[in-house]
Amino acid sequence: MSNLLDLLVAGLATGAIYALVAVGFTLLWQTSQTINFAQGEFVMLPAFLMLAVMHAGAPFWLAIILGILLSLLLLGLGFKLLLVDPMLRHGVLPLAIATMALAIGMKEAVKQFFSAEASPFPSIVPAGDVWVLGRVVSLQSLGVLALAIAVVIGLTALLNRTSIGHQMQATAQNPTVARIIGVPVERMILLTFLINAFLVALASLLITPIYLAKFSSGEVLGQAAFIAAIVGGFNQVRGAIAGGLLIGVVDNLAAAYVSTQYRAAVPLILLIVIILFRPQGLLGRPEERTV
Amino acid sequence: MRSRIFAGLLLATVSAATAFAQGAPIKLADVAELSGGGATVGNNWKNGIDLAIEEINAKGGVLGRKLEVTHADSQSNPGVARAQVQKALDNEPYVLLGPGYSGSVKVTSPLAAEAGITQIMGGEAAELTQGGNKFLFRTSFGQQSSMPKVAKYINDELKAKSVAIVWVNNDFGKGGRDVISKEFAKYNIKVAADLSTEAGQADFAADVSKIKAAAPDAVFIYLNEEESARILKELKRQAVAAPLVGETTLVGQKVVELAGDAANGARGHVGLTTDAPVDLVKAFREKFVKKYNYVPDHNGLKGYLAIYMVKATTEKMGKVDPKKFADTLHGLTIKAASEPGILMDVTFDEKGDIDRQGFLVEIVEGKQVVKQVLPKLN
Repeated sequence: MSNLLDLLVAGLATGAIYALVAVGFTLLWQTSQTINFAQGEFVMLPAFLMLAVMHAGAPFWLAIILGILLSLLLLGLGFKLLLVDPMLRHGVLPLAIATMALAIGMKEAVKQFFSAEASPFPSIVPAGDVWVLGRVVSLQSLGVLALAIAVVIGLTALLNRTSIGHQMQATAQNPTVARIIGVPVERMILLTFLINAFLVALASLLITPIYLAKFSSGEVLGQAAFIAAIVGGFNQVRGAIAGGLLIGVVDNLAAAYVSTQYRAAVPLILLIVIILFRPQGLLGRPEERTV
Repeated sequence: MRSRIFAGLLLATVSAATAFAQGAPIKLADVAELSGGGATVGNNWKNGIDLAIEEINAKGGVLGRKLEVTHADSQSNPGVARAQVQKALDNEPYVLLGPGYSGSVKVTSPLAAEAGITQIMGGEAAELTQGGNKFLFRTSFGQQSSMPKVAKYINDELKAKSVAIVWVNNDFGKGGRDVISKEFAKYNIKVAADLSTEAGQADFAADVSKIKAAAPDAVFIYLNEEESARILKELKRQAVAAPLVGETTLVGQKVVELAGDAANGARGHVGLTTDAPVDLVKAFREKFVKKYNYVPDHNGLKGYLAIYMVKATTEKMGKVDPKKFADTLHGLTIKAASEPGILMDVTFDEKGDIDRQGFLVEIVEGKQVVKQVLPKLN
């Protein structure tokens, strides 16, 4: 039982990070039909941007701020203007392939300009332990979980309780009608790209102290988040959140109770089962697009 | 008149050919893990090689000829390593250097043996030198030499009655796990948990939970550098108090750099360490840090030693002869007094394994501290 609690906390902490990345997947899909196969590399890059700022002599807090701003610029604005907009008019598939190429380009560029070796990355959550239900739980796990949940709640509030959120929902559901009723559709789409860039930068900040900064670290994250988004429901933010948490927990429980060797297969099996019996995902809705 | 011209041309041609033969560089080929999971291994190895070659060439080379090396990237992938080695052998190098991963050595060593080219590598899996390959040489201890020392330490010093073994599921990890399991059996040490992990694994939360549940007296960790750092961080996060013991990688410089405070207290046996209380090793470390601006791990030493093995063996032969190189190196003892680049006295046996002094170290405040020097056997 105590072991199970450890596994659940660790799984939820990792799953919360998957959820942040998966939410980005769904947002981009909903507003611009972009399936971003470079999403994992989008998580990898901000850590290196922050490291570059630190190498220039800046303190960690300043590196975080500049790293997030650079991410908004490169992974939000730059991604939309330089890749999505020119490619989307040729269809969803060419764009998806272009994001695959982007993923390779980003990995190789980081390898070229930084190193192929892993680098340490500081944690924003201090080291230490707290007692939860009679068990020692690391402050880092709880901190990661709390921060990720806070961001998800904030995002949900933005989407459901603000005018901007409603305009984004309208853009996702029917951009033509949204445009007729005066919603600035292009601005809303750009906003989702910026939100995605913010989410991946935050995920990078949280996961890199654990996974280490490495050019290839996005491969695992991208795959996990993609599976999470499909399992939870690609057309619902809440689905992506649930999918992320579920994949994080299932991965840890599979490693502990099934087999370490087959741990990577279990989320994929879950994915297959979901596609067979509930193609819209656990919380998704058929034939509906909403953020 | 015509015969004089002919004689003159012949003389000029012979002279030019002789000069070319004397002055042409000795070509070495290196295939290493310059990217992928083993990038730490390969880049340290490469830098060690380059440093040694620079030193030797600055002093006039080997038998008056400069050394020249080409580096190829195996991407830490045995399949790529095999292709790169084949390509390197097609250029007929004097000696093949690398790879560092045992799995890559396993698939490339038959190619080098078939070509009759000596291969000096960094792999540590026990089986590599057990197959009768006469062209394969180590730069560090094989697992069959190092694991008994680790098991003895866990039994004698830690008095552990049960251990958890965490190993990486590749040739290196499986080889180490098999050897140390047998050693634990000799001491009646119970294996409380036997955990296989994957190369490149990022999340060790579940593995560490299993270790906690097994409550062993000690944890033996046998992973590559990056994974070692990740599991040390997770062990600290989950407050595992049992002593953490490893062999070479666990207490390497890169692991200390990546794991930070979490590496403190980790201990293990190392065949090579830049913290060794040996003056020549200290001098090597200073030169390396001056050139590359970081402290190398044991792989930097391995690459450096590989080049001085080439130099010492060639000078022993008195000629550059790739076909006789392996025969000469078998049974050869290279003394640091006569060849300072070899850093410590070393003897190569008929299998290509080495005999050299080793060290038991512990990480204290982010630094390797040598606790015990284990002398050369012969």
